Amino acid sequence: MTELNSEAKNVVPSSMAQVVTTMKYSLLDYLRGRRFFIMLIITALISILLTVLVGYYRPALFLADNLAFYNSWWGTSVTFVVVLSAIFFGGDAISGEFQNKTGYFGVPNPIRRSSIYIGKWLAAFVASAVMLGIFTAVTLGNGLYYFSSVPYQFGESFLFALFYMVAVLGFTFFFSSLFKSSSMSILVTAILFLFVFTLLNTLIVALVKIEPWFLINYGANIIGSVLMSPYPPHKTITAGVGFRGQPTTTTTFYASIPEGLAIMGIYFLVTAIIGLILFERKEFT
Amino acid sequence: MPFTDVPTIEAVKLTKRYGSFEAVSDLNIKIEGAKCVGFLGPNGAGKTTTLKMFTDLIRPSSGEALINGINVHTNKKAALASAAALIETPEIYPSLTPREGLSMIAEIRGVPATEIKKRIEEAVAEVHMDEWIDKRVGRFSKGMKQRIVIASALLSDPQILFLDEPTTGLDPRGMSEVRDIVKSLKSKKRLIFMSSHILSEVSDVCDEVAMIDHGKLIVYNTISNVTAKFAGGNNVVEVGLSRSIDGSILSKNILSLSGVVNAERVDDRNLKITYGGGLDAQERLLNDLVKLNIGVVSFKVASSELEEAYLKLITATL
Repeated sequence: MTELNSEAKNVVPSSMAQVVTTMKYSLLDYLRGRRFFIMLIITALISILLTVLVGYYRPALFLADNLAFYNSWWGTSVTFVVVLSAIFFGGDAISGEFQNKTGYFGVPNPIRRSSIYIGKWLAAFVASAVMLGIFTAVTLGNGLYYFSSVPYQFGESFLFALFYMVAVLGFTFFFSSLFKSSSMSILVTAILFLFVFTLLNTLIVALVKIEPWFLINYGANIIGSVLMSPYPPHKTITAGVGFRGQPTTTTTFYASIPEGLAIMGIYFLVTAIIGLILFERKEFT
Repeated sequence: MPFTDVPTIEAVKLTKRYGSFEAVSDLNIKIEGAKCVGFLGPNGAGKTTTLKMFTDLIRPSSGEALINGINVHTNKKAALASAAALIETPEIYPSLTPREGLSMIAEIRGVPATEIKKRIEEAVAEVHMDEWIDKRVGRFSKGMKQRIVIASALLSDPQILFLDEPTTGLDPRGMSEVRDIVKSLKSKKRLIFMSSHILSEVSDVCDEVAMIDHGKLIVYNTISNVTAKFAGGNNVVEVGLSRSIDGSILSKNILSLSGVVNAERVDDRNLKITYGGGLDAQERLLNDLVKLNIGVVSFKVASSELEEAYLKLITATL
């Protein structure tokens, strides 16, 4: 092999350039992987199912007006697409470096671990955003077919969904850094987002009757709420006769947009930073 | 300045604890210059742990791992700029091809963009994986992956190379090729720190040996000094010849050479010579043998001597 001249050897790129390099090749790995293909099929299935059901049954809830359409279609489904994408692409992004031993290839190089973490996070974000993009395109296609216009609130909702993706990916990277087993990190993140947070939200509202401002999925409700006009305030409904003749009171909480953004932002910052610290300290034993 | 004229690695009171267990204990060693140092020890002795501390795969509990005087854990980018490593059996992202995986490492290490393509093709050719350069790594066998990872370590032409049992998983031809690569790196003034369980491999490619047991350094010296000191006071070298020699040459000329204690024929073209003394005596013996014009084509410390020294120094495993 020919030798490099000594000047060439000394030029280790900046950390930012190394982040871009890590992102580029991690993304390439994602895009070619079976996982991307499966997520593509899931997104396509959700899109096709909604298209066929709405097209065939023409539900009044969907077709009442422009905003109601986007609220029913997008507001109820997009968080599922976001969470699934984040789990698929971020669930084992860091734990896989340990379990699959890919970390032994990248880490013993002149690169900070933070550059690897951020690069992989960005790759997972772009791959997830592709899924969100596909679902958005199908939503817009159907919306334009039925109503020939797109309400400005949909743009806001799209940005909130993107921000929710940022927060969920922060969370998935935290669990991915916490565990060395890929399946464990994927499983815990999936259970939390698909069941635990929803269950907690329901129980806290029903039993404790307080606003669940500390739950990320409560903050994410702004994605659907912004597609309602007017923007919904907290609602307390007293109805019927409940236990021992007492009236039953049900309160539905709606996070305001600043609250929702703050909740998601804090979740992202806290979990992403803790995840990074964990990865910095974790050992390849 | 990551690159210096004399490549150096140094462990200063390097210690790694897991609870009450000390995997590496107060390790002090300084290796300077272009050479290959074999790192020997039984399973669990702390070899891989030491190499991992030099490459940021684990953090020391105390002490320092220095590469060219730079602490790996406080200034990793500068420290590892001049070093490459092959620790355990790394995996490349399975959907990438060797060309892409190596491009990633080349870009991370700052190989000039204009040289990346050429360097990758050369490195892949050196490990005889040219045919597979554009196939996805996910389908490769362990040995094939090992070759690609070795190629990645060669890519940036590192001044220092950490190798953790580099021939593991390779077929005999692959093992031989890796040894040749290590030898060629030595001739390019590189410092190679290589752990291995294969003593013949170490005596074949290394100049010096460091032995570690229960996390503590037992000895660090040239192979000839270690074998002379711990294997009966004499060294044994295996000498390869290009042609068969007469028995009288053996008994009269070789046995009468200065320092030679014993000389015997292994087969028609291989001799085993026992001699007293260290490196000076070894150099003198080689010169004398060449002067005899008997067709010397190889000259190396016998691995059995290293094994004897190893067994004396490392009394029990685990």
